[in-house]
Amino acid sequence: MTAYFIQAFIYLSAAVIAVPLAKRLGLGSVLGYLIAGVVIGPIAGLVGSETSTLQHFAEFGVVMMLFLVGLELEPRMLWNMRHKLIGLGGLQVGLSTLVVMGIAFAFGFNWSISLTVGMIFSLSSTAIVLQTFNEKNLTKTEGGKNAFSVLLFQDIAVIPMLALIPLLALPELIAKAQSAAATAAEHHEEISLVAGLPGWAYGIVVLLAIAIVVVGGHYLSRPLFRYVASSKLREIFTAAALMLVIGIAALMSLVGLSPALGTFLAGVVLANSEFRHELESVIEPFKGLLLGLFFITVGAGIDFDVLASNIAPVMTMTLGVILIKVTVLLLLAMIFKIKNSDRWLFALSLAQAGEFGFVLLSYTVQNHVIPVDLAQILSLVVALSMFLTPGLFILFDKVILPRYEQTENTRAPDVIDEKGTVIIAGVGRFGQIVNRLLVTNGFKTVVLDHEAQQVENLRKINTKSFYGDATQPDLLHTAGIAEAKMLVIAIDNPDRAVELTEYIKHTYPNVIVLARAFDRSSLYRLRKAGADFMVSETFHSALQLGKHALTKLGVHPFKAEQQRAIFFETEMAHKDTLYESWKMFAEDDKHIVHYRDMFIQLEETLSAAMKDERYRSFSKMARGWTPPPKENHTVFSKSEAD
Amino acid sequence: MADATNKILVLYAHPSQERSEINKPLFRATQQQENVTAIDLYAEYPTFRINIDKEQQQLRDHDVIIFMFPLYWYSTPAILKEWQDLVLEYDFAYGANGNALEGKTFMCAISAGGSETAYQADGYNHFTLRELLQPLEQTARLTGMTYLAPFALFCARSAFEENRLQSHIEDWQRILLALSNGTLDIAQATTLPKLNGNLNTLIKD
Repeated sequence: MTAYFIQAFIYLSAAVIAVPLAKRLGLGSVLGYLIAGVVIGPIAGLVGSETSTLQHFAEFGVVMMLFLVGLELEPRMLWNMRHKLIGLGGLQVGLSTLVVMGIAFAFGFNWSISLTVGMIFSLSSTAIVLQTFNEKNLTKTEGGKNAFSVLLFQDIAVIPMLALIPLLALPELIAKAQSAAATAAEHHEEISLVAGLPGWAYGIVVLLAIAIVVVGGHYLSRPLFRYVASSKLREIFTAAALMLVIGIAALMSLVGLSPALGTFLAGVVLANSEFRHELESVIEPFKGLLLGLFFITVGAGIDFDVLASNIAPVMTMTLGVILIKVTVLLLLAMIFKIKNSDRWLFALSLAQAGEFGFVLLSYTVQNHVIPVDLAQILSLVVALSMFLTPGLFILFDKVILPRYEQTENTRAPDVIDEKGTVIIAGVGRFGQIVNRLLVTNGFKTVVLDHEAQQVENLRKINTKSFYGDATQPDLLHTAGIAEAKMLVIAIDNPDRAVELTEYIKHTYPNVIVLARAFDRSSLYRLRKAGADFMVSETFHSALQLGKHALTKLGVHPFKAEQQRAIFFETEMAHKDTLYESWKMFAEDDKHIVHYRDMFIQLEETLSAAMKDERYRSFSKMARGWTPPPKENHTVFSKSEAD
Repeated sequence: MADATNKILVLYAHPSQERSEINKPLFRATQQQENVTAIDLYAEYPTFRINIDKEQQQLRDHDVIIFMFPLYWYSTPAILKEWQDLVLEYDFAYGANGNALEGKTFMCAISAGGSETAYQADGYNHFTLRELLQPLEQTARLTGMTYLAPFALFCARSAFEENRLQSHIEDWQRILLALSNGTLDIAQATTLPKLNGNLNTLIKD
């Protein structure tokens, strides 16, 4: 047990030290993990043989990542992207694979190894690229969007690749493995539902398993999550989410399919579900840690002896891979009319090999497709190309962008294809109305509420809503707060509304915050927290009712409306002074008298303002449509108003 | 008019700006002009609750007052009438002590759907544009302001398609500039049926 603690501590502390450092240096977290691995593995020798066992465990992070990728892919969005996805993504993967394969073949490798190497190098690093786009605000550029569709295609393409690799197994490697490692036999004899089944039965079992995932995901997951959500225990929701992912992975393994494929499917099925964002925020940290662990084990597994003795081929291959990928990408950018600096961004950002390369490599070794020594060299190439990626981005920033900036500033602005998203936190009696007004005016909203029942009701009337606690930063993050234009806070807990305002204004100062206040003091607290606009939930409806009361008491409806407006304007005219004295009072009890005085003064001004215009020497507020005086009428005969 | 740099106040009224083809670009161009304060009244007062004190102060602070609007039923859109009813108060704009507007200059910048020939005694609108605007002309006279002929665009519904908008905006910018630096021939401008069409004789260099 002690040994486990020490090991875990070494891994975690390496990550804690190296990752923030790498991020600060602009290298991104993936490189941070890799460097951490290199330091604790080959350099310091703190960890050793267990890394390969750990790596199998950490690969589950990839399974989770595909679940999340699936969750992001609403079937409709997938359909809208189909041309770019298949055209651009398909051609990129296909062409890069073919070119690399051709070169490998020319160097005398047999075709199955060449093909595998081609597939490994055709993939790019989703983790590095998307993270860098986010950090540099490039996500919404033409180049960024196109790169995203290629990455998405690659993420999906991994699944058939994983299915294909076992078919490429080299007979001599299998034979060697079987004779050399008798102990490995027990490892290979995993529990399986399909061992010894005839081909047709196997097919049926596989189809059945997929059907279970799709149908179960669609029909059973909702009642399950609703049941769990009603318990209001967040950790049980986490447990349910993990249970789902692990359960699907287990089922897929049992029937001999890729767990990644299964969870990806489940993700797509759940992409339309109201629990999507909550699921994402629950799974995300596990995925992040496991992927991090995966990268660390890759770093720790780098063999410096191999690197030292193969330095020339590794360097040549790395530069070759980058060159080939850039060329293919530039060609595609020309065909797909990606212009100017976007073309270079697209080509340079995707030029590295990616984390899936490691996954494929370890998988190919397990399946006896590539000999271990070659795999070691290849994994050095993948790692090195990832190390070089920040350099390519710097090249783009410093050399390419300035050259295009001048010409680009004169062209027409980009077509904005989506309006800034509004996130509405809390969609009960209040938020619902706000949402309806925005949606009926064609604005895109994401609605969050912690009442599963409420969310379900809204979904019945086609309102896009999600279950989850809107005051959880990670949920807001998955709902897209970083790209949102506005957050409407309509939750009914005043304290949490204030906390949420503070958090958003601190973390995302550009997001406009509109908040519903419970009463006067919660309104002031929201204002102090930095909300851009707040309104007391009862203020306007009470005034509206008051106006009707006046009308029913015999006041002319137009006059009643004027009085309502004057009431409101007087209140508005005093809001700053009242707020200031509330602030003093909030800091120090002594000022309560001052605050009370200010309030009394407001009431006096109000009643003066409400008086008839005959008393308008007392109040300048009650003016309007005033006739000239009756006396001295002759003097003012030029008046048109009487 | 006084010497160089008169301050100009443009009060713009258009209740459905998403449909505006003429007034919106004209107002945008107005906003760019120096020495011009351009107010979108419907944006300022979406509920028609006009702040009388603020508007009166604004009038005091400027030398030239301009109403910019599409002609609605031979008159201004509703908010400009409301603005007159509330802001041009007794003892401010008229009455024993009502001389705040005296000596200022007033004019309208208008777009009209009908053709210029329709706005004639024998046309279907029966009166010229200047005749139809007589209530505003009289308001200016009563409040002691110099009334200039309107700056008008006729057949406004087809102006954009017929490429008349750009030259109209350029004419408008010339007039605003001449008003602010005092090079507009005021005597002539008070007598014309409309301002545009005579700019070269109207503006002294």
